[in-house]
Amino acid sequence: MRSDRSSLLLKLSAIGGLIFLHWPLAIIVVYAFTTEDKSYQFPPPGLTLRWFAVAWGRSDIWAALSLSFNVALVATGLALVLGTLAAAALSRARFWGRDNVSLLLILPIALPGIITGIALRSAFNLMDIPFSVFTIVLGHATFCIVVVYNNAVARFRRLSPSLVEASFDLGADAFQTFRYVVLPNIGTALLAGGMLAFALSFDEVIVTTFTAGQQTTLPIWMLNELVRPRERPVTNVVAVLVMVVTFFPILAAYWLTREGEHVAGGSR
Amino acid sequence: MTPTSTTAVMFENVSRHFGAVRAVDGVDLKIGQGEFFAMLGPSGSGKTTCLRLIAGFEQPTAGHIEIFGETAEGLAPNRRDVNTVFQDYALFPHMTVLQNVAYGLMVRGVPRLEREKCAREALSLVRLEGMDLRRPAQLSGGQRQRVALARALVNRPKVLLLDEPLGALDLKLREEMQDELRRLHKQLGLTFVFVTHDQGEALSMADRVAVFNKGRIVQIGTPEDIYQRPTTRFVADFVGSSNVLTPDEAPRFGGVSRWTSLRPESILIGAVADAMDVRHTAEVIDQQFQGAMRKTRLKINGLEIYAMAPSSQAFDVGQAVTVGWARSALHAMDGEGNDV
Repeated sequence: MRSDRSSLLLKLSAIGGLIFLHWPLAIIVVYAFTTEDKSYQFPPPGLTLRWFAVAWGRSDIWAALSLSFNVALVATGLALVLGTLAAAALSRARFWGRDNVSLLLILPIALPGIITGIALRSAFNLMDIPFSVFTIVLGHATFCIVVVYNNAVARFRRLSPSLVEASFDLGADAFQTFRYVVLPNIGTALLAGGMLAFALSFDEVIVTTFTAGQQTTLPIWMLNELVRPRERPVTNVVAVLVMVVTFFPILAAYWLTREGEHVAGGSR
Repeated sequence: MTPTSTTAVMFENVSRHFGAVRAVDGVDLKIGQGEFFAMLGPSGSGKTTCLRLIAGFEQPTAGHIEIFGETAEGLAPNRRDVNTVFQDYALFPHMTVLQNVAYGLMVRGVPRLEREKCAREALSLVRLEGMDLRRPAQLSGGQRQRVALARALVNRPKVLLLDEPLGALDLKLREEMQDELRRLHKQLGLTFVFVTHDQGEALSMADRVAVFNKGRIVQIGTPEDIYQRPTTRFVADFVGSSNVLTPDEAPRFGGVSRWTSLRPESILIGAVADAMDVRHTAEVIDQQFQGAMRKTRLKINGLEIYAMAPSSQAFDVGQAVTVGWARSALHAMDGEGNDV
């Protein structure tokens, strides 16, 4: 039996759970406005917008922000190309070991980041590749590809193979078929996968720690900042920024895939 | 044998093997220009693979294919003057009806206004007007079928391939589309090649039928040939479900000692049987009312065969009746190598 009204206890514990999850986030936002800059005093003695101005003027923040942004952009771009190609191949073709390849592709996201990080670090060392922006991008691409692949492969499986054949049959070449038939059908999945990949890369710490040289991405910068008690609320201002930058792509990705499922289901 | 002397499609000892599976195995075939040609067979008999070989989705493992005198093997599907109506229609879900039909012209670089005009003409050819801006998802099965037809025809293909074109439609629509396809074929004078597992469809629509079994063609001929003079017992049984008599049984039924086909509708029951060359006493096992006919199971000489009686002839189970047929109704055939 299902009752329409849930018990008071259930309601309270659900609300409690949500507060537990989101209270720390609210605290971070609140401390971005505090007037106290040495210790996190609660409640804040006063509110100010000063730290936003301070953060705006700090060149180290700008450098970290632009590095993170560029890394996320390149890693996402790389993941979009490789993830789509992998998804196209693995959803369509049947060959020996297909399931194993599929598992190997997904593994980087299932493995703890620290394993991926150590593995990449020793691999780069072995190959004498100096740590640089390039190695950070490669590290991020390992898990960005998975996100794109997962999104794309689900959509490819719903795409009837005869659509591609029909396009060839009607005289289109491979490029035209991709441009006019495949891309419109997987576009939203790619956009969603790309946005998730971007968000993941933008706030990644562990793999970055192992694959970066002297470079400081935004999350690394924050980590460093936490142990140095100087203008503490500036860290919170940056944290709020990261939340905003990653929240919207994830929300958009959610909406895009939801709508995509609806459209694809309706066409059958 | 063919309406004109020009050969539209020619297969010369064509095989397509998938590993150990011989999907198509040494097929020879000539389809004349303007012919309405059916490939008939059970699933897995190689008929669809043959169609895909003509379309270019498959390449032959061995043998030679020509389309209007041009070598086809090695030629990609987009380089052939051949268009396909797919079994699932394969309409592009993200495009409107008009965009779907104009697609073939668009990828060839025909300007927008011109290709939309051609697309509208093609849509009126299949009697589907006023649906230009709908999406495939908003159409019924019959309408999708028409869009798929228009999309193929707008490119003026030399050969139109149809893969089980009516398989997904209900009975009423199927009959309507059969007439529609006949009409289009007559009107356009194109070569139509269609694949079906439905013998009724093949017999009623095609000029010639190729019956496939296990990757080979077992008989090619006009619908009358195939139905009345099956060369093997596979054809006799698959096309129209004949009574197939073994070489041992056939002499007792007035035939010679060979595999023999006796069509159910050639067996007469009751007084009308008296005028026939071959007469027997039979026991009625059961009768099934099928509208115009009654499918009647009989036991003759200890052997069970069935007849098609007019529905006015109702018998009791166990009733003894006189049955008879003309000796010419017994058709001897080749029984070897064609297991059903």
